[in-house]
Amino acid sequence: MDLAYGPKYEAFRDEVRAFLAAHKDQAPRGGEQTMAGGRAWQKLLIEHGYAARTIPRAYGGYGAEPDILESRIIAEEFVAAGAPMGMANQGISMLVPTLLELGTEEQRKQWIGPTIRGEVIWCQGYSEPGSGSDLASLKTRASEDGDDFLINGQKIWTSTAHLADMIFCLVRTEPDAPKHQGISYLLFSMKTPGIEVRPLVTMTGAAEFNEVFFTDVRVPKSQIVGERGQGWQVANATLKHERGMLGDPNQAGSRLKALIELARTETVGGERLIDNPVWRDRLLKLQARVYAMEFHGLRLLTGRLKGEAPGLPGLIVKLMGCELNHQLAAFAIDALGELGVLYGESPHLRNHGNWQRNYMFDLGLIIGGGTAQIQKNIISERGLGMPREPKPAS
Amino acid sequence: MEFCLSNDQAMMQETIQRTLERVCPLERVRQAAASHETRAADVWAALTEIGVPGLIIPEEHGGVGLTLLDAALAAEALGRSVAPVPFAASAVMAPLALMGAGSPAQQAEWLPRLAAGEAVAGVAVAEHASGARDGAGVAAANGRLSGKALFALDAGAADVFVVADRAGGLHLVSADAPSLTRTALTSIDATRSIAELDFADTPAEPLAARDPAPVLRRMIDAGRLALAADILGAGQRMIEKAVDYAAERRQFGRVIGSFQAVKHLCAEMAAELEPCRALIWYAGYAFDEDAERASLMAAHAKAHLSEVGTFVARTATEVHGGMGFTDLLGLHYWFKRVGFDRQMLGGPERVRQDAAAFQGWA
Ligand SMILES: Cc1cc2nc3c(=O)[nH]c(=O)nc-3n(C[C@H](O)[C@H](O)[C@H](O)COP(=O)(O)OP(=O)(O)OC[C@H]3O[C@@H](n4cnc5c(N)ncnc54)[C@H](O)[C@@H]3O)c2cc1C
Repeated sequence: MDLAYGPKYEAFRDEVRAFLAAHKDQAPRGGEQTMAGGRAWQKLLIEHGYAARTIPRAYGGYGAEPDILESRIIAEEFVAAGAPMGMANQGISMLVPTLLELGTEEQRKQWIGPTIRGEVIWCQGYSEPGSGSDLASLKTRASEDGDDFLINGQKIWTSTAHLADMIFCLVRTEPDAPKHQGISYLLFSMKTPGIEVRPLVTMTGAAEFNEVFFTDVRVPKSQIVGERGQGWQVANATLKHERGMLGDPNQAGSRLKALIELARTETVGGERLIDNPVWRDRLLKLQARVYAMEFHGLRLLTGRLKGEAPGLPGLIVKLMGCELNHQLAAFAIDALGELGVLYGESPHLRNHGNWQRNYMFDLGLIIGGGTAQIQKNIISERGLGMPREPKPAS
Repeated sequence: MEFCLSNDQAMMQETIQRTLERVCPLERVRQAAASHETRAADVWAALTEIGVPGLIIPEEHGGVGLTLLDAALAAEALGRSVAPVPFAASAVMAPLALMGAGSPAQQAEWLPRLAAGEAVAGVAVAEHASGARDGAGVAAANGRLSGKALFALDAGAADVFVVADRAGGLHLVSADAPSLTRTALTSIDATRSIAELDFADTPAEPLAARDPAPVLRRMIDAGRLALAADILGAGQRMIEKAVDYAAERRQFGRVIGSFQAVKHLCAEMAAELEPCRALIWYAGYAFDEDAERASLMAAHAKAHLSEVGTFVARTATEVHGGMGFTDLLGLHYWFKRVGFDRQMLGGPERVRQDAAAFQGWA
């Protein structure tokens, strides 16, 4: 056990702090984030190596060697300073690592730079009305037409499709192959003729995701990532990055801080919540969970530094992390009592209604990216070696 | 930056685990339980040979001189095997009392004997760790104690007791002191020993520290962590047993482990217990390296492991069906061990009250 970062990393931490002290006022502020403001901040972060840090310079990144501790220090210092981190949309978090791993040189050159700068926004076209957890059963068809594919079918739950310039999309190119072997992974513009996006309003009240319909959408065959029929493997590379992104313990830590502050400042009949043993006890139960997940994160981090496979400890993070965040938001709502249901423009509103928004949105995260039940299948099968789900013949 | 066990720590824990697998299989636990042995002589001897009773006792007193984190790793191994031997009081709390508050003569008298497994020390601090029940409380005056202490830990085989009086003063009392009555308290957990101690003007040696409060605090923190680690080991073993049983038991023409309802119970147990390991590690590390949060982390470890342990204990039992409920399989030894650990030195609600106080919330 040695939790010191050592002088080299402490010097790095000082650099990050100096950067934040000098530039924090240029950061876009919560609520009034504009696209242009966000892009300017992102550009500054990439220049200094605080975003796209390990993306090679040839593709528009900062080109540092991957260093898990440096990444962690950046995250710690940005959270401590209350400064927004670099962009983390699906293009940056999921597509870019996939292209680095499996894309052609041309694809990397063309897409990584604009994506990390926030100039090109991507959406993820995986789920379909008939294919959610059972993603590999997807039916959106890409048939051959000369040098092109012609795409017909429908995607659903496509986050940010209404804002996106591009889509990374799973389509069936080999309808006769077994279900995992007939899928291809395509990149195409959302402006291609034949695409219709219909927003789906979510329970938070925002139109966060969409239905996307394809009618004879023409995509050059060259816009495939990986081999034809290998899209499932490519997609799994992406899903791996997605699950790493969800259930992040840093978020739970800053949420807990906000809850403690809430319990210290909110009063009921003149009594601070933190002075009431019932609320205090519930807050303490959550605090123990936040600490456990924080230290669990340190354990996983150490494992990664040593190049160990994460195994069971890694498999539980999405399930436990998303659930904990949801429970933290639930505490705030309950602690606020009637105030907890206020939303929108209401007077007496607390935290801009974000506790309710988080509570609902987090339920979405528990479902999205592999539901809690699917996570439990994975934990029991891959983590504990229990019998696999019977696979129906495809 | 390295948050993991050292090779030495991993090896030490494995050695203890292997030793217990050899000398303390379930049959031995049954035997000990039936004959009320809470210091099973052969198990104790095997553990003494590899230094377990003296793990945190300094080398100059014949111990191994390791840290509380190491003791927690040992406790985990003991919980895993539901080993019927003293530990939390005799090998952790009492040595800390002697090391922190004992005179050189007291240290020289007891530490080497404890380290060598020749003596066992009981600890009576429940009134401070969990609150006085049934009118418990000990008054000290002029080197004599009166009153009663409940739930003295590792009491059955104890040669000496470390007793906290009402004011938090610490005393050493010989187990065969005249006018000390030791009454064993039968509990669900036949692998551990607790007792009521009744003092009637009983001679006691004060442990000489000028301010015993921090020593008492450290004893309770460390004891809580040892019990929490015991739960971790017991819970881990229960999950393994549930997974193994589910791979063998067949119903409806298939192994029950292929039913998703059963798989999800197992996944939930593992998902709850796995982060507990890191919490135990951190609490052990904090005891020596993060003074500001040491008490808080011990409290959180104790409370959280108690909650998770209880969930694991009942769930693993359910996975075994009726067999889990019987004596035949012996799963109940682990169930009861967790139940015992949960209540000693403060149940979760009580320990969380302390956790609030440590942060200035109460
Ligand atoms: C906020 C949010 C954002 C999303 N963003 C995107 C996106 O950008 N792009 C995209 O492609 N998709 C996206 N999704 C879709 C998401 O990946 C799916 O919702 C998810 O995979 C579940 O599929 P489903 O909704 O069809 O539910 P279903 O698969 O129908 O599941 C319904 C219920 O059945 C259970 N179930 C299903 N199969 C099993 C099984 N084998 N064992 C046990 N239980 C099972 C599930 O756990 C769940 O409780 C998003 C979803 C949400 C909520």
